Amino acid sequence: MNDIELKELRAEAPTPLAGRVLRAVREADDYVEISGPRGSLYVAFNDEGISCVDAAGRGPEAFEEYFVGRFGRALRPADAPPRGLAEALATGDGRKLRYDLRGLTEFEVAVLRKALEIPKGEVRSYGWIAREIGRPKAVRAVGSALGHNPVPVVIPCHRVVRSDGMIGNYALGAPMKRELLDTEGVDVAGIERLAASGVRFVGSDTTRIFCVPTCHDARRVTERHRVTFRSERDAAAEGFRPCKHCRPAEARPA
Amino acid sequence: MASSKPAAARTGRRGFAHHGSDATGRDAAVLETDVSEETLQERLAEDLDGAFAALVSTLQDDVYTAALRWSGNRAAAEDIAQEAFLRAYSALGRYGAERVRELHLRAWLLTIALNVFRNELRSAARRPATEPLADGVLVVEDGRAPDDLASTIVLALPEEQRVPVVLRHVLGLSYDEIAEILARPEGTVKAQAARGIRRLRESLAEVEPERTEVRR
Repeated sequence: MNDIELKELRAEAPTPLAGRVLRAVREADDYVEISGPRGSLYVAFNDEGISCVDAAGRGPEAFEEYFVGRFGRALRPADAPPRGLAEALATGDGRKLRYDLRGLTEFEVAVLRKALEIPKGEVRSYGWIAREIGRPKAVRAVGSALGHNPVPVVIPCHRVVRSDGMIGNYALGAPMKRELLDTEGVDVAGIERLAASGVRFVGSDTTRIFCVPTCHDARRVTERHRVTFRSERDAAAEGFRPCKHCRPAEARPA
Repeated sequence: MASSKPAAARTGRRGFAHHGSDATGRDAAVLETDVSEETLQERLAEDLDGAFAALVSTLQDDVYTAALRWSGNRAAAEDIAQEAFLRAYSALGRYGAERVRELHLRAWLLTIALNVFRNELRSAARRPATEPLADGVLVVEDGRAPDDLASTIVLALPEEQRVPVVLRHVLGLSYDEIAEILARPEGTVKAQAARGIRRLRESLAEVEPERTEVRR
Protein backbone atom coordinates (compact mmCIF):
# COMPACT_ATOMS: atom_id res chain seq x y z
CA MET A 1 0.00 0.00 0.00
CA ASN A 2 1.60 3.20 -1.06
CA ASP A 3 -1.20 5.70 -0.97
CA ILE A 4 -3.84 6.95 1.39
CA GLU A 5 -7.57 6.89 0.87
CA LEU A 6 -9.33 9.87 2.32
CA LYS A 7 -12.65 8.03 2.12
CA GLU A 8 -11.31 5.61 4.68
CA LEU A 9 -11.39 8.41 7.19
CA ARG A 10 -15.15 7.94 7.42
CA ALA A 11 -15.97 6.93 10.97
CA GLU A 12 -18.98 5.41 12.67
CA ALA A 13 -20.59 7.37 15.42
CA PRO A 14 -20.08 5.69 18.80
CA THR A 15 -23.12 3.60 19.74
CA PRO A 16 -24.18 5.67 22.79
CA LEU A 17 -24.40 8.90 20.79
CA ALA A 18 -27.88 8.37 19.34
CA GLY A 19 -29.26 7.33 22.71
CA ARG A 20 -27.82 10.36 24.42
CA VAL A 21 -29.18 12.67 21.75
CA LEU A 22 -32.66 11.16 21.88
CA ARG A 23 -32.73 11.29 25.65
CA ALA A 24 -31.72 14.96 25.65
CA VAL A 25 -34.46 15.55 23.08
CA ARG A 26 -37.08 13.84 25.25
CA GLU A 27 -35.95 16.07 28.11
CA ALA A 28 -36.28 19.17 25.96
CA ASP A 29 -37.35 22.31 27.77
CA ASP A 30 -40.29 24.32 26.55
CA TYR A 31 -39.79 27.96 25.79
CA VAL A 32 -41.81 31.06 24.99
CA GLU A 33 -41.12 34.56 23.86
CA ILE A 34 -42.68 36.98 26.29
CA SER A 35 -42.60 40.70 26.71
CA GLY A 36 -40.36 41.81 29.58
CA PRO A 37 -39.84 45.15 31.30
CA ARG A 38 -37.31 46.15 28.61
CA GLY A 39 -37.96 44.32 25.38
CA SER A 40 -38.84 40.77 24.54
CA LEU A 41 -37.41 37.77 26.43
CA TYR A 42 -37.02 34.08 25.76
CA VAL A 43 -37.95 32.03 28.79
CA ALA A 44 -37.29 28.27 28.94
CA PHE A 45 -38.92 26.02 31.51
CA ASN A 46 -39.47 22.38 32.43
CA ASP A 47 -41.10 20.36 35.21
CA GLU A 48 -38.67 21.76 37.76
CA GLY A 49 -39.42 25.36 36.95
CA ILE A 50 -37.98 28.20 34.90
CA SER A 51 -34.56 27.19 33.62
CA CYS A 52 -33.26 29.94 31.38
CA VAL A 53 -33.95 33.54 30.40
CA ASP A 54 -32.30 35.58 27.67
CA ALA A 55 -33.00 38.78 25.79
CA ALA A 56 -34.80 37.88 22.57
CA GLY A 57 -33.01 40.52 20.55
CA ARG A 58 -30.55 38.17 18.85
CA GLY A 59 -33.25 35.80 17.64
CA PRO A 60 -34.25 32.22 18.42
CA GLU A 61 -31.19 30.62 16.85
CA ALA A 62 -28.83 32.43 19.19
CA PHE A 63 -31.01 31.41 22.13
CA GLU A 64 -30.97 27.76 21.03
CA GLU A 65 -27.22 27.89 20.64
CA TYR A 66 -26.77 29.34 24.10
CA PHE A 67 -29.27 27.00 25.74
CA VAL A 68 -28.07 23.76 24.13
CA GLY A 69 -24.45 24.68 24.80
CA ARG A 70 -25.08 25.54 28.41
CA PHE A 71 -27.58 22.86 29.47
CA GLY A 72 -27.10 20.03 26.96
CA ARG A 73 -30.84 19.73 26.40
CA ALA A 74 -32.96 20.66 23.40
CA LEU A 75 -35.69 23.29 23.21
CA ARG A 76 -39.20 23.17 21.89
CA PRO A 77 -41.57 26.09 21.43
CA ALA A 78 -44.47 26.11 23.89
CA ASP A 79 -47.97 27.43 23.36
CA ALA A 80 -48.22 29.19 26.71
CA PRO A 81 -45.82 30.63 29.28
CA PRO A 82 -45.52 28.96 32.69
CA ARG A 83 -48.12 30.03 35.20
CA GLY A 84 -47.31 33.23 37.06
CA LEU A 85 -44.53 34.35 34.71
CA ALA A 86 -46.36 37.28 33.14
CA GLU A 87 -47.45 38.50 36.56
CA ALA A 88 -43.93 38.17 37.98
CA LEU A 89 -42.54 40.19 35.06
CA ALA A 90 -45.19 42.85 35.50
CA THR A 91 -44.71 43.19 39.25
CA GLY A 92 -40.95 42.64 39.30
CA ASP A 93 -41.46 40.05 42.03
CA GLY A 94 -40.36 36.54 41.09
CA ARG A 95 -40.56 34.98 44.52
CA LYS A 96 -43.61 32.86 43.75
CA LEU A 97 -42.17 31.23 40.65
CA ARG A 98 -40.40 27.88 40.64
CA TYR A 99 -36.91 27.71 39.20
CA ASP A 100 -34.76 24.95 37.80
CA LEU A 101 -31.40 25.80 39.34
CA ARG A 102 -29.93 22.30 38.99
CA GLY A 103 -26.34 22.52 37.94
CA LEU A 104 -25.63 25.49 40.15
CA THR A 105 -23.67 25.22 43.37
CA GLU A 106 -25.32 25.61 46.75
CA PHE A 107 -23.58 28.96 47.10
CA GLU A 108 -24.85 30.18 43.73
CA VAL A 109 -28.39 29.12 44.61
CA ALA A 110 -28.18 30.95 47.95
CA VAL A 111 -27.01 34.11 46.15
CA LEU A 112 -29.86 33.94 43.63
CA ARG A 113 -32.49 33.22 46.30
CA LYS A 114 -31.25 36.24 48.20
CA ALA A 115 -31.38 38.45 45.11
CA LEU A 116 -35.04 37.47 44.73
CA GLU A 117 -35.77 39.27 48.01
CA ILE A 118 -34.62 42.67 46.75
CA PRO A 119 -37.78 44.67 46.04
CA LYS A 120 -38.40 46.33 42.70
CA GLY A 121 -37.10 49.90 42.69
CA GLU A 122 -34.32 49.15 45.17
CA VAL A 123 -30.71 48.00 44.88
CA ARG A 124 -28.26 46.28 47.19
CA SER A 125 -24.52 45.77 46.99
CA TYR A 126 -22.63 42.56 46.30
CA GLY A 127 -21.32 42.83 49.85
CA TRP A 128 -24.88 42.99 51.17
CA ILE A 129 -25.72 39.65 49.56
CA ALA A 130 -22.48 38.14 50.84
CA ARG A 131 -23.27 39.22 54.38
CA GLU A 132 -26.92 38.17 54.23
CA ILE A 133 -26.08 34.62 53.16
CA GLY A 134 -23.46 34.35 55.88
CA ARG A 135 -20.39 34.56 53.63
CA PRO A 136 -19.31 38.19 54.25
CA LYS A 137 -15.93 37.74 52.60
CA ALA A 138 -17.22 36.11 49.40
CA VAL A 139 -18.04 39.41 47.68
CA ARG A 140 -16.33 38.57 44.41
CA ALA A 141 -17.87 35.09 44.36
CA VAL A 142 -21.26 36.75 44.74
CA GLY A 143 -20.43 38.78 41.64
CA SER A 144 -19.65 35.70 39.59
CA ALA A 145 -22.66 33.81 40.91
CA LEU A 146 -24.88 36.67 39.76
CA GLY A 147 -23.02 36.75 36.45
CA HIS A 148 -23.95 33.09 35.92
CA ASN A 149 -27.60 33.67 36.78
CA PRO A 150 -29.38 31.46 34.23
CA VAL A 151 -32.66 33.33 34.76
CA PRO A 152 -31.84 37.06 34.71
CA VAL A 153 -34.66 39.61 34.92
CA VAL A 154 -37.00 37.16 36.74
CA ILE A 155 -34.34 36.62 39.40
CA PRO A 156 -33.37 40.28 39.61
CA CYS A 157 -29.58 40.15 39.70
CA HIS A 158 -29.74 43.58 38.04
CA ARG A 159 -30.70 44.96 41.46
CA VAL A 160 -27.26 44.18 42.81
CA VAL A 161 -24.66 46.91 42.27
CA ARG A 162 -21.18 47.71 43.47
CA SER A 163 -20.88 49.23 46.91
CA ASP A 164 -18.99 52.17 45.41
CA GLY A 165 -22.21 52.96 43.57
CA MET A 166 -21.03 51.88 40.14
CA ILE A 167 -23.74 49.88 38.45
CA GLY A 168 -21.40 47.00 37.67
CA ASN A 169 -21.60 44.16 35.19
CA TYR A 170 -24.66 42.25 34.13
CA ALA A 171 -25.44 38.93 32.50
CA LEU A 172 -27.35 40.72 29.73
CA GLY A 173 -24.87 43.60 29.46
CA ALA A 174 -24.31 46.67 31.61
CA PRO A 175 -26.50 48.98 29.48
CA MET A 176 -29.45 46.62 29.97
CA LYS A 177 -28.87 46.68 33.71
CA ARG A 178 -29.14 50.44 33.73
CA GLU A 179 -32.27 50.36 31.58
CA LEU A 180 -33.96 47.79 33.78
CA LEU A 181 -33.21 49.78 36.93
CA ASP A 182 -34.40 52.93 35.25
CA THR A 183 -37.64 51.21 34.23
CA GLU A 184 -38.14 50.11 37.82
CA GLY A 185 -37.88 53.69 39.04
CA VAL A 186 -34.36 53.56 40.44
CA ASP A 187 -32.56 56.89 40.14
CA VAL A 188 -29.36 55.40 38.74
CA ALA A 189 -27.56 58.71 38.28
CA GLY A 190 -28.55 59.76 41.80
CA ILE A 191 -27.12 56.57 43.30
CA GLU A 192 -23.89 57.06 41.42
CA ARG A 193 -23.61 60.69 42.55
CA LEU A 194 -24.29 59.79 46.15
CA ALA A 195 -21.76 56.95 46.13
CA ALA A 196 -19.18 59.09 44.37
CA SER A 197 -19.43 61.57 47.22
CA GLY A 198 -18.72 58.74 49.64
CA VAL A 199 -22.24 58.31 50.99
CA ARG A 200 -23.27 54.73 51.69
CA PHE A 201 -26.28 55.13 53.96
CA VAL A 202 -29.15 57.53 54.51
CA GLY A 203 -30.96 58.08 57.79
CA SER A 204 -33.68 60.12 59.45
CA ASP A 205 -32.84 62.26 62.45
CA THR A 206 -36.35 61.74 63.80
CA THR A 207 -36.44 57.93 63.76
CA ARG A 208 -32.67 57.55 64.22
CA ILE A 209 -32.79 54.69 61.68
CA PHE A 210 -30.38 54.36 58.75
CA CYS A 211 -31.00 52.61 55.43
CA VAL A 212 -29.43 51.83 52.08
CA PRO A 213 -30.20 54.86 49.89
CA THR A 214 -32.81 53.11 47.71
CA CYS A 215 -34.74 51.59 50.63
CA HIS A 216 -38.43 52.33 50.43
CA ASP A 217 -38.28 53.80 53.94
CA ALA A 218 -35.27 55.99 53.19
CA ARG A 219 -37.00 57.51 50.21
CA ARG A 220 -39.82 58.77 52.42
CA VAL A 221 -37.50 60.79 54.66
CA THR A 222 -37.92 64.50 53.96
CA GLU A 223 -34.93 66.56 52.94
CA ARG A 224 -35.01 68.43 56.28
CA HIS A 225 -34.60 65.27 58.34
CA ARG A 226 -32.28 63.44 56.01
CA VAL A 227 -28.77 62.64 57.22
CA THR A 228 -26.10 60.72 55.35
CA PHE A 229 -23.34 58.39 56.50
CA ARG A 230 -20.13 57.19 54.96
CA SER A 231 -20.05 53.99 56.97
CA GLU A 232 -21.94 51.80 59.34
CA ARG A 233 -19.59 52.92 62.10
CA ASP A 234 -20.40 56.58 61.53
CA ALA A 235 -24.10 55.82 61.78
CA ALA A 236 -23.66 53.79 64.94
CA ALA A 237 -21.52 56.52 66.47
CA GLU A 238 -24.41 58.94 66.01
CA GLY A 239 -26.73 56.50 67.72
CA PHE A 240 -28.54 55.30 64.59
CA ARG A 241 -29.75 51.73 64.22
CA PRO A 242 -30.01 49.78 60.95
CA CYS A 243 -33.39 49.57 59.22
CA LYS A 244 -35.13 46.23 59.59
CA HIS A 245 -36.40 46.25 56.02
CA CYS A 246 -33.27 46.94 54.00
CA ARG A 247 -30.85 45.62 56.63
CA PRO A 248 -27.98 47.94 55.70
CA ALA A 249 -25.79 46.33 58.35
CA GLU A 250 -25.75 43.58 60.88
CA ALA A 251 -28.22 44.45 63.63
CA ARG A 252 -26.31 44.83 66.86
CA PRO A 253 -27.50 44.45 70.40
CA ALA A 254 -28.00 47.97 71.78
CA MET B 1 -24.54 12.19 31.00
CA ALA B 2 -25.90 8.85 32.22
CA SER B 3 -25.28 5.82 30.09
CA SER B 4 -28.78 4.36 30.04
CA LYS B 5 -29.68 3.60 26.49
CA PRO B 6 -33.18 4.42 25.30
CA ALA B 7 -35.07 1.97 23.13
CA ALA B 8 -34.46 3.90 19.94
CA ALA B 9 -30.73 3.47 20.25
CA ARG B 10 -31.01 -0.29 20.52
CA THR B 11 -32.52 -0.76 17.11
CA GLY B 12 -30.37 -0.91 13.99
CA ARG B 13 -27.92 1.92 13.88
CA ARG B 14 -27.44 2.28 10.20
CA GLY B 15 -30.15 1.97 7.57
CA PHE B 16 -33.03 3.90 8.98
CA ALA B 17 -35.64 1.59 7.49
CA HIS B 18 -35.28 -0.06 10.89
CA HIS B 19 -36.87 2.95 12.48
CA GLY B 20 -40.54 2.75 11.83
CA SER B 21 -40.60 2.37 8.09
CA ASP B 22 -43.98 1.14 6.95
CA ALA B 23 -42.43 -1.20 4.48
CA THR B 24 -42.85 -4.90 5.16
CA GLY B 25 -41.14 -8.05 4.03
CA ARG B 26 -38.96 -8.04 0.98
CA ASP B 27 -39.84 -4.50 0.02
CA ALA B 28 -38.00 -3.26 3.09
CA ALA B 29 -34.63 -4.09 1.60
CA VAL B 30 -35.44 -2.15 -1.52
CA LEU B 31 -36.78 0.75 0.47
CA GLU B 32 -33.76 0.96 2.71
CA THR B 33 -31.43 1.88 -0.11
CA ASP B 34 -34.15 3.94 -1.68
CA VAL B 35 -35.06 6.12 1.25
CA SER B 36 -34.07 9.59 0.25
CA GLU B 37 -33.56 12.75 2.17
CA GLU B 38 -36.88 13.87 0.77
CA THR B 39 -38.81 11.14 2.55
CA LEU B 40 -37.09 12.02 5.78
CA GLN B 41 -37.88 15.70 5.36
CA GLU B 42 -41.49 14.84 4.73
CA ARG B 43 -41.64 12.74 7.89
CA LEU B 44 -39.89 15.43 9.95
CA ALA B 45 -42.28 18.06 8.65
CA GLU B 46 -45.26 15.96 9.70
CA ASP B 47 -44.08 14.46 12.97
CA LEU B 48 -40.81 15.83 14.33
CA ASP B 49 -40.73 13.69 17.46
CA GLY B 50 -41.63 10.54 15.56
CA ALA B 51 -39.07 11.07 12.82
CA PHE B 52 -36.17 12.60 14.70
CA ALA B 53 -34.64 9.23 15.64
CA ALA B 54 -34.49 8.43 11.92
CA LEU B 55 -32.68 11.71 11.26
CA VAL B 56 -30.13 10.86 13.93
CA SER B 57 -29.50 7.33 12.69
CA THR B 58 -29.27 8.46 9.08
CA LEU B 59 -26.87 11.32 9.61
CA GLN B 60 -24.97 10.56 12.80
CA ASP B 61 -22.00 8.97 11.02
CA ASP B 62 -21.63 11.95 8.67
CA VAL B 63 -21.85 14.47 11.49
CA TYR B 64 -19.55 12.50 13.75
CA THR B 65 -17.00 11.90 10.98
CA ALA B 66 -16.88 15.59 10.12
CA ALA B 67 -16.51 16.57 13.77
CA LEU B 68 -13.83 13.92 14.34
CA ARG B 69 -11.75 14.86 11.32
CA TRP B 70 -12.10 18.57 11.97
CA SER B 71 -11.25 18.35 15.66
CA GLY B 72 -9.01 15.28 15.87
CA ASN B 73 -10.56 14.32 19.17
CA ARG B 74 -13.17 11.61 19.76
CA ALA B 75 -14.65 13.07 22.91
CA ALA B 76 -14.89 16.52 21.33
CA ALA B 77 -16.41 15.01 18.19
CA GLU B 78 -19.12 13.27 20.21
CA ASP B 79 -19.93 16.49 22.02
CA ILE B 80 -20.01 18.46 18.80
CA ALA B 81 -22.27 15.89 17.12
CA GLN B 82 -24.62 15.75 20.10
CA GLU B 83 -24.85 19.51 20.34
CA ALA B 84 -25.45 19.80 16.59
CA PHE B 85 -28.38 17.35 16.76
CA LEU B 86 -29.90 19.11 19.75
CA ARG B 87 -29.68 22.44 17.99
CA ALA B 88 -31.15 20.86 14.88
CA TYR B 89 -34.09 19.47 16.87
CA SER B 90 -34.69 22.87 18.45
CA ALA B 91 -34.61 24.62 15.08
CA LEU B 92 -36.87 22.03 13.40
CA GLY B 93 -39.46 22.54 16.13
CA ARG B 94 -39.53 26.20 15.26
CA TYR B 95 -39.53 25.89 11.46
CA GLY B 96 -42.82 25.52 9.65
CA ALA B 97 -43.50 22.35 7.66
CA GLU B 98 -42.74 24.12 4.38
CA ARG B 99 -39.32 25.20 5.54
CA VAL B 100 -38.50 21.69 6.78
CA ARG B 101 -39.48 20.22 3.40
CA GLU B 102 -37.07 22.57 1.67
CA LEU B 103 -34.06 21.81 3.87
CA HIS B 104 -31.01 20.04 2.51
CA LEU B 105 -30.78 18.00 5.66
CA ARG B 106 -27.21 16.76 5.41
CA ALA B 107 -25.71 20.09 4.41
CA TRP B 108 -27.89 21.87 6.95
CA LEU B 109 -26.78 19.61 9.81
CA LEU B 110 -23.15 19.88 8.80
CA THR B 111 -23.53 23.67 8.81
CA ILE B 112 -24.72 23.49 12.40
CA ALA B 113 -21.91 21.07 13.29
CA LEU B 114 -19.33 23.42 11.78
CA ASN B 115 -20.76 26.27 13.82
CA VAL B 116 -20.52 24.17 17.00
CA PHE B 117 -16.98 23.10 16.11
CA ARG B 118 -15.87 26.69 15.63
CA ASN B 119 -17.40 27.70 18.93
CA GLU B 120 -15.56 24.81 20.59
CA LEU B 121 -12.31 26.00 19.04
CA ARG B 122 -12.91 29.49 20.33
CA SER B 123 -13.66 28.35 23.86
CA ALA B 124 -10.80 25.83 23.79
CA ALA B 125 -8.51 28.71 22.87
CA ARG B 126 -9.78 30.58 25.92
CA ARG B 127 -9.11 27.59 28.18
CA PRO B 128 -5.42 27.51 29.00
CA ALA B 129 -5.60 23.84 30.10
CA THR B 130 -6.15 22.35 26.64
CA GLU B 131 -3.19 23.36 24.56
CA PRO B 132 -4.27 23.51 20.96
CA LEU B 133 -2.05 21.67 18.51
CA ALA B 134 -0.95 23.14 15.22
CA ASP B 135 -3.39 25.67 13.87
CA GLY B 136 -5.92 25.43 16.64
CA VAL B 137 -6.59 21.72 16.35
CA LEU B 138 -8.21 20.77 19.62
CA VAL B 139 -6.15 17.93 21.06
CA VAL B 140 -5.12 14.57 19.69
CA GLU B 141 -6.46 11.46 21.41
CA ASP B 142 -5.75 11.47 25.09
CA GLY B 143 -2.67 9.34 25.29
CA ARG B 144 -3.67 7.20 22.33
CA ALA B 145 -2.02 7.12 18.93
CA PRO B 146 -3.89 8.86 16.14
CA ASP B 147 -5.88 6.47 13.93
CA ASP B 148 -3.29 6.51 11.23
CA LEU B 149 -1.17 8.65 9.05
CA ALA B 150 -4.05 9.96 6.95
CA SER B 151 -5.97 11.36 9.89
CA THR B 152 -2.83 12.95 11.27
CA ILE B 153 -1.90 14.83 8.14
CA VAL B 154 -5.50 15.92 7.55
CA LEU B 155 -5.50 17.26 11.07
CA ALA B 156 -2.34 19.21 10.34
CA LEU B 157 -4.05 21.14 7.54
CA PRO B 158 -5.04 24.72 8.31
CA GLU B 159 -8.69 24.85 9.30
CA GLU B 160 -9.80 26.66 6.14
CA GLN B 161 -8.47 23.76 4.07
CA ARG B 162 -9.26 20.95 6.50
CA VAL B 163 -12.96 21.73 6.65
CA PRO B 164 -13.61 21.61 2.87
CA VAL B 165 -11.22 18.66 2.35
CA VAL B 166 -13.15 16.60 4.90
CA LEU B 167 -16.52 17.61 3.46
CA ARG B 168 -15.48 16.90 -0.13
CA HIS B 169 -13.09 13.97 0.06
CA VAL B 170 -14.09 12.15 3.23
CA LEU B 171 -17.85 12.72 3.12
CA GLY B 172 -18.26 13.20 -0.63
CA LEU B 173 -20.34 16.36 -0.61
CA SER B 174 -20.62 18.42 -3.78
CA TYR B 175 -18.82 21.76 -4.02
CA ASP B 176 -22.23 23.31 -4.32
CA GLU B 177 -23.18 21.93 -0.90
CA ILE B 178 -19.83 22.87 0.61
CA ALA B 179 -20.19 26.43 -0.64
CA GLU B 180 -23.57 26.53 1.12
CA ILE B 181 -22.11 25.17 4.36
CA LEU B 182 -19.14 27.55 4.39
CA ALA B 183 -21.19 30.47 3.06
CA ARG B 184 -18.47 31.16 0.51
CA PRO B 185 -18.44 31.14 -3.28
CA GLU B 186 -18.04 27.73 -4.91
CA GLY B 187 -14.79 28.81 -6.57
CA THR B 188 -13.27 29.73 -3.24
CA VAL B 189 -14.06 26.42 -1.55
CA LYS B 190 -12.84 24.50 -4.60
CA ALA B 191 -9.53 26.36 -4.44
CA GLN B 192 -9.24 25.78 -0.69
CA ALA B 193 -9.89 22.07 -1.05
CA ALA B 194 -7.36 21.86 -3.89
CA ARG B 195 -4.73 23.65 -1.80
CA GLY B 196 -5.51 21.21 0.99
CA ILE B 197 -4.96 18.20 -1.25
CA ARG B 198 -1.67 19.68 -2.50
CA ARG B 199 -0.56 20.17 1.03
CA LEU B 200 -1.54 16.63 1.98
CA ARG B 201 0.63 15.30 -0.85
CA GLU B 202 3.53 17.41 0.33
CA SER B 203 3.30 16.29 3.92
CA LEU B 204 2.92 12.69 2.84
CA ALA B 205 6.04 12.99 0.74
CA GLU B 206 7.89 14.39 3.71
CA VAL B 207 6.73 11.78 6.19
CA GLU B 208 6.92 8.75 4.00
CA PRO B 209 8.57 9.41 0.67
CA GLU B 210 7.49 6.02 -0.71
CA ARG B 211 3.81 6.81 -0.09
CA THR B 212 3.17 9.72 -2.33
CA GLU B 213 -0.36 9.25 -3.55
CA VAL B 214 -3.32 10.90 -1.86
CA ARG B 215 -6.41 9.34 -3.33
CA ARG B 216 -9.55 11.37 -3.30
